[in-house]
Amino acid sequence: MIPELGNFSLVLALSLAFLLSVLPMVGVYRNNQMLMTLSRPLCSGIWVFMVISFACLAWAFLHDDFSVAYVARNSNTLLPWYYKFTAVWGGHEGSLLLWVLMVASWTYAVSLFSRNLPLDILARVLAVMGIISVCFLIFMLLTSNPFDRLMLNTPAEGTDLNPLLQDFGLIVHPPFLYMGYVGFSVAYAFAITALLTGKLDAAWARWTRPWTNIAWAFLSIGIALGSWWAYYELGWGGWWFWDPVENVAFMPWLVGTALIHSLAVTEKRGVFKSWTVLLAIAAFSLSLLGTFIVRSGLLTSVHAFAVDPERGLVLLTILLLVIGASLFLYALRAPVVKGNASYTATSREVFLLINNILLVVATAGILLGTLYPLIHAAINGEDQPVSVGAPYFNTIFLPLMGILVAFLTVGSISRWKKTSLAYLKQQLVKVAVASVALGVLVPLIVTREVNIGIFVAVTLAFWIVMGIARDIQVKTSNKESLLQGLKSLSLSYYGMQIAHFGMAVIILGICLTSHYSVERDVRLAPGESIEIGSYEFIFEGVSPIQGPNYTADAGEITVLKNGKSYLTLTPEKRTYRATGSVQTEADIDVGFFRDLFAALGDPRGDGAWVVRIHMKPFVFWIWLGAFLMAAGGFTAILDKRYRVKEVKAEKEQVTQANTEIDAAPDLAGETG
Amino acid sequence: MLAHRQQKLAIVLFIIFGSALAIGLVLFALKEGINVFYTPTEISAGEVGQGQSFRVGGMVKMGSLVKEGLEGAEVNFLATDFCNDVLVSYTGPLPDLFREGQGVVADGSLDNAGTFKATQILAKHDENYMSAEVKASLDAAESASIEVCHQ
Repeated sequence: MIPELGNFSLVLALSLAFLLSVLPMVGVYRNNQMLMTLSRPLCSGIWVFMVISFACLAWAFLHDDFSVAYVARNSNTLLPWYYKFTAVWGGHEGSLLLWVLMVASWTYAVSLFSRNLPLDILARVLAVMGIISVCFLIFMLLTSNPFDRLMLNTPAEGTDLNPLLQDFGLIVHPPFLYMGYVGFSVAYAFAITALLTGKLDAAWARWTRPWTNIAWAFLSIGIALGSWWAYYELGWGGWWFWDPVENVAFMPWLVGTALIHSLAVTEKRGVFKSWTVLLAIAAFSLSLLGTFIVRSGLLTSVHAFAVDPERGLVLLTILLLVIGASLFLYALRAPVVKGNASYTATSREVFLLINNILLVVATAGILLGTLYPLIHAAINGEDQPVSVGAPYFNTIFLPLMGILVAFLTVGSISRWKKTSLAYLKQQLVKVAVASVALGVLVPLIVTREVNIGIFVAVTLAFWIVMGIARDIQVKTSNKESLLQGLKSLSLSYYGMQIAHFGMAVIILGICLTSHYSVERDVRLAPGESIEIGSYEFIFEGVSPIQGPNYTADAGEITVLKNGKSYLTLTPEKRTYRATGSVQTEADIDVGFFRDLFAALGDPRGDGAWVVRIHMKPFVFWIWLGAFLMAAGGFTAILDKRYRVKEVKAEKEQVTQANTEIDAAPDLAGETG
Repeated sequence: MLAHRQQKLAIVLFIIFGSALAIGLVLFALKEGINVFYTPTEISAGEVGQGQSFRVGGMVKMGSLVKEGLEGAEVNFLATDFCNDVLVSYTGPLPDLFREGQGVVADGSLDNAGTFKATQILAKHDENYMSAEVKASLDAAESASIEVCHQ
């Protein structure tokens, strides 16, 4: 009964979404206030029914209702209750349900928090969001209904949730990732609205920016959580594999980063308008492409579940429809939203343009690498498959990011419209010299090794951090005290600096961990040990243990630090009872400056095992940096200028924005 | 007017610079980062040069896995397409789903003695969890062995 209720709610949500995608639009073109006003209650309705539907599926999981096919495939009575709940989004149908619930939530949020939007704009935005909901609800109901029943042969026991997904990382990773993915649909809806109305002014950018920032921040956290999960759950000790599924989450993030910067220019200076619109379309299209690639199984990986070509076809149709229609609209309407302010070659506008070009080029490179096996198969046939490995992606991505960071500090210290070279030199020469000096000396003194890659990375990190310090110093210098100066800076300025600081932390984390990790795969008999740095790892042997729904070989590794007892690591090799699948469970001692990682390989006779032992310095900084970036995004949206109650006329806003900039160029701090 | 032209010039220059850089990087990276797949039969026929990095796929020959008595964490096994075999040597933990008689894909290169020194071993995951390339490689290995050996 409950699953039918869930199914019925889905159908109701679809009907309401259909109304939402049609009625407000009709209202706009007939100038009918009532039809436009309908958009808000429709959004609430869709959201309520999606929540009901989601709750019904969760109920089916918690009550082990194996007559629901999806529950039977992804759950088991032995599963602890919290994994039963997270199994709701552990498979294809359920994660799609979560996806649509997210769309509904974002739509509802826009309808709630956009009281200052003109009604006709709001109606269009919500209608576009409605169209997205319609597409995915139809897709779900036709090809992947999570409420499909197994009435005739109801199994007594479910197949079990994939062991890889029975983990805290899975509880939090997909919701955050989807919040980000789907969040770009808001920027997309605003972009389509701008094309429809032909009005793309500072006010438009001001409405769009907070939504884009939130989506971007969620996506940052989602990707970081995914990487963290892969690090401790896959048992290889790696945190990024350039796997197709990682790439398709990363590409919207890169384009989203470009979009955030481009929106800053559009708001402050009224240029890059059509470019901003194109980026907003691209960010959401790449999110859809990601959903398509993962869900169709075209390029499968650890994330791909049961693969079904029919689903792929429907998704591809949606994808082509959305991308094709938006680009068609863009081709027709882009000239209307052209910007016309002027700026010089060393203005902040140009530096942000460079940022955008680099990010888009990096995205294009990753897209090519991700799709290359498909392109190759299409041209050369299926019998000589190729794979594109990490070296390709590193070769493309790292130099581009190096250049990006070199420009980052210049861009954030420069001024809108026109920055004289003399000013840039005055601000940055000392910073540049100091960061190169520190970037070479610090690693040299600490490690006594010459490593160009490390020198470059540490220099870039110092370049960012000291650039931030310098910028804050300049911006507070005309105030009475530092404290007063700090108070006068806007939250969006702080958001930018926090995110940039996070970037420096990530750079250090990635480079130091890649270069200085000690990774040893050794065969150890009980009692044998290996030494890494000041740590000694003693393998005590392996003993069988019982978990709630698995049995395991649990290894015991005593770690000594400088000869003194330090801690014990207990990596496990689990065999899950329901499916018989084997799962490596690493044990990690997490530290601020280093992680100790141990995982069991395979037995090699006489109680000896191959053991994977890693010492990974600064690996924690990768996730710390990602969270700082996200924190920057959240800080920026708290800026009070996004909460201006009154809607001013377009002209007033632009003039005001311009005078603000002319009067106080130093304070035009940006989330960037 | 001058500023306007300067601005256009700057944009054009950046676009040219950016695309040149991008194309250069892509060409260089594609050369570096692509692993072409070969079957044991193609390797026996001498189609691959020494030191060239590539990917080999096939089945782990029954009874060929040697785990004990080797240096450290080394393992040896034969990858076969039921027509020819390649000796694969790998140091490190084997994947959870590595089995004799099951499909395997290895990345690496040939050494002087003609042994394939693997840097990474990918085993057949349960079918819900196999990467497309690995699956394609395994399918190719199977179909190649059928074509070559059963004609």
